[in-house]
Amino acid sequence: MEKINVTMTVNGKEETLSVEPRTLLVHALREHLDYTGAHIGCSSSHCGACTIDMNGKSVKSCTVFAPQAEGAEILTVEGIGSPDKLHAIQEMFKEHHGLQCGYCTPGMIMRSYRFLQENPNPTEEEVRFGISGNLCRCTGYQNIVKSIMAAADKIRDEVNVEKKEIA
Amino acid sequence: MDDVKTPSREERKSALSGLGTSRKRVEDARFTQGKGNYVDDIKLKGMLFGDFVRSPVAHARVKNIDTSAALALPGVHAVLTAADLEPLGLHWMPTLAGDKQMVLADGKVLFQGQEVAFVVGDDRYAVADGVSLVEVEYEELAVVTDPFKAELKDAPILREDIADQKEGAHGARRHPNHIFTWEAGEKEETNKVLEEAEVVADEMVYYHRTHPCPLETCGCVASMDKVNGKLTVWGTFQAPHAVRTVASLISSIPEHNIRIISPDIGGGFGNKVGVYPGYVCSIVASIVTGVPIKWVEDRMDNLMATAFARDYWMHGKISATKEGKITGLWCHTTADHGAFDACADPTKFPAGFMNICTGSYDIPVAYLAVDGVYTNKAPGGVAYRCSFRVTEASYFIERMIEVLAQKLGMDSAELRSKNFIKKEQFPYTSALGWEYDSGDYHQAWEKAMKSVNYKQLREDQAKQLQLFKDGKSRKLMGIGLSHFTEIVGAGPVKNCDILGLGMFDACEIRIHPTGSAIARLGTISQGQGHATTFAQILASEIGIPASDITLEEGDTDTAPYGLGTYGSRSTPVAGAATAMAGRKIRAKAQMIAAYLLEVHDDDLEWDVDRFSVKGAPEKFKTMKEIAFASYNQAIPGVEPGLEAVSYYDPPNMTYPNGAYVVVMEIDVDTGVSDIKQVYALDDCGTRINPMIIEGQVHGGLTEALAISMGQEIAYDEQGNVMTGTLMDFFIPTAWETPNYETDYTETPSPHHPIGAKGVGESPNVGGVSAFSNAVHDAFKPFGLTQAHMPHDHWRVWKIAKDLGLHS
Repeated sequence: MEKINVTMTVNGKEETLSVEPRTLLVHALREHLDYTGAHIGCSSSHCGACTIDMNGKSVKSCTVFAPQAEGAEILTVEGIGSPDKLHAIQEMFKEHHGLQCGYCTPGMIMRSYRFLQENPNPTEEEVRFGISGNLCRCTGYQNIVKSIMAAADKIRDEVNVEKKEIA
Repeated sequence: MDDVKTPSREERKSALSGLGTSRKRVEDARFTQGKGNYVDDIKLKGMLFGDFVRSPVAHARVKNIDTSAALALPGVHAVLTAADLEPLGLHWMPTLAGDKQMVLADGKVLFQGQEVAFVVGDDRYAVADGVSLVEVEYEELAVVTDPFKAELKDAPILREDIADQKEGAHGARRHPNHIFTWEAGEKEETNKVLEEAEVVADEMVYYHRTHPCPLETCGCVASMDKVNGKLTVWGTFQAPHAVRTVASLISSIPEHNIRIISPDIGGGFGNKVGVYPGYVCSIVASIVTGVPIKWVEDRMDNLMATAFARDYWMHGKISATKEGKITGLWCHTTADHGAFDACADPTKFPAGFMNICTGSYDIPVAYLAVDGVYTNKAPGGVAYRCSFRVTEASYFIERMIEVLAQKLGMDSAELRSKNFIKKEQFPYTSALGWEYDSGDYHQAWEKAMKSVNYKQLREDQAKQLQLFKDGKSRKLMGIGLSHFTEIVGAGPVKNCDILGLGMFDACEIRIHPTGSAIARLGTISQGQGHATTFAQILASEIGIPASDITLEEGDTDTAPYGLGTYGSRSTPVAGAATAMAGRKIRAKAQMIAAYLLEVHDDDLEWDVDRFSVKGAPEKFKTMKEIAFASYNQAIPGVEPGLEAVSYYDPPNMTYPNGAYVVVMEIDVDTGVSDIKQVYALDDCGTRINPMIIEGQVHGGLTEALAISMGQEIAYDEQGNVMTGTLMDFFIPTAWETPNYETDYTETPSPHHPIGAKGVGESPNVGGVSAFSNAVHDAFKPFGLTQAHMPHDHWRVWKIAKDLGLHS
């Protein structure tokens, strides 16, 4: 099948890749760009292991064609923190045992990343609803919810500190 | 010496993060940053992809396979069929249960989704195109999906390859579709007790077919290096060493030329114990093409073809005195094994440890028979988050207790309490032959009943029932109780092996000159956090902080031989090996310390992280100092270095146990259940990492919730899988999942070096009964005795309808 060029910004870096038009975004990210954080669990949008952030929205990259991401801003789990400075969500997942096998974790973290911007001050119930597109087989969600609630606190604290510093 | 700066004994202990510490997980740094290394993340130079043409029908003769159109497609390199594998003797493979299974359809197909041909191509897309172009001509045959019809005289014969064999791997076969009969206990004596009993409850308890469905499916990358003659296979293997030995036996590649690597595994739950056709085809394809081959199942393949669990029809009779003292238990199980017997059980146990079905109760006499049969369904029968068939056994006895309580008109909590094995009876030999190591069931039960305020719950339930009867509410309240005893940690080599490999496990430790260490084990974590917890065991044994100990598993070229991780065997077996290897290190360290301190070995005592001179604690050598000395001192009679390996053959199984309570409210008109409370008390013996234990319990309870309340692998009468995607196969989301209360008692195992029993599977074993019993309990006042799982909304609605509760 003939290939086409697709250009997108991934984790702040502009990338142009040559792919068959039918290439799924998750394969483009994992196999062409080596961002293997997003995982494939069902290929049918049910499990959310492939969740990434695309143009400011949570997207399940197993059901998006790579050409649909032409010109898009994409953020994956590899792009939200660094080994020296983890994102608050990454830190809180570690702190509160919010993961076990780790397979759902990148998707879960990326969904939480967007969810906490949509709702920075959520109730537990809202967190549970907000991540209900992401399945986890190991944790029973209790510690994931705890991690996200703690991350919300931490992000609010960080924002308050920043505000104080500016003032 | 400056006493102020000397850390106290407690401070030194705490610095180790040893046993009993809720140490944060070392695995999480990579997983939270997207840097895990799962099999699908592996990318090798020149790697091709493979995928299967699968059977769309459940039973048919394969008349012809035309691969020409697929082979003509650019990007497709090869198409393997049984005819290609036959010269290598690999068109069939042995199963873990002593049966054999087709790798690729050899003349016929026996279940929907069966592997028919293997297409190899440049990438997943080219392979998918190739798969769609392989033309297979099927001649459909009559299908058997009901295990009770498998042995009818005119039933279609499924396994023509063994139709005439009267003897199977587990004794006599009485019909071409019959696999084995397995018995335990005293048949005649049990029958006599039942005949003479004051009260007998008789019930058919079905534990439906389901699937472990880890979030990561099964897969592998096989790479045959023809220059060096070495085969390396990265794969989702819960037992990498066993895979190496099996691969060597069936391929004739010498075992030293095979390297099996289990990288990070995205959940296993029993799904990744078995050997699947995908592994064999990938290896053959790599040998044929000379390049690495990747094969990864998609979700539909996973649910349709690899490793179902359960599917046990358990007919039970339980007898008691009028006062509720149980006198006997009888069980006949019809086990639907699908098209090939691919159960992952220890060889001598074709029905796993189903003979733990006397549960937590002191039952004087019992008899169990299990008949395995072939049907046109996928093979498997794996232990989905449980030790071999222990969930089935536990569900059976916990339902039988409930129906007996109903018959006696007795509260089932009281019936349980009246019949628990007493603390002083341990070690206790059950009527079906197991020696329970330790437990204090009454203590656990009383703690549970008190914690949930059981009396109050029953009063609330009675009020709700009255409201319902008065027409003021359409809801009923159910209280589900369960007490379970697991049998895990397989197992003693004297009676536990898989394909002749004794089920011991191993740990090897090397202490580095600067006092840090690496330990390698024969197990493999799939989320359990071994790198965190095994380092804790070692920290307490050898006085090196857990954070200074690297833990490695899953590479057969470096790790000592072990039988892997399933059936809650890691802590009971490999955890014991770890402690024993640590003790060997300490024994040698003591000799070195004695030399350095110029005292006799016996004049030293171990103190957290050091050996000190008895009566003179200021004279000591820390493990760190000893480690360095082992590398730079010439000590007479002592070899340099500080290493140890231990192969641990457990003297017995361990018997984790617990008391669970589930409270739910059921809407009679919609069948919707609202879970109000889940309380789980576990006794897993010595607790290594409470944080991880709690996480395991949350996860296991959620799998129990899924299984009991909606998850199933269902077939229609033609053998079509009706639950092949996550649209139909129920996995609870965060929204449906309740919060859990966890609790514990701690009764150490007397035979395990640190007293630990294992916990990962307990919540699934105890949870399924508790959820299911809650549903039954809600409808008990209207005469319901048994309703089969899963209790999805429709089935619960149907219970209410059949009981005449709908106007």
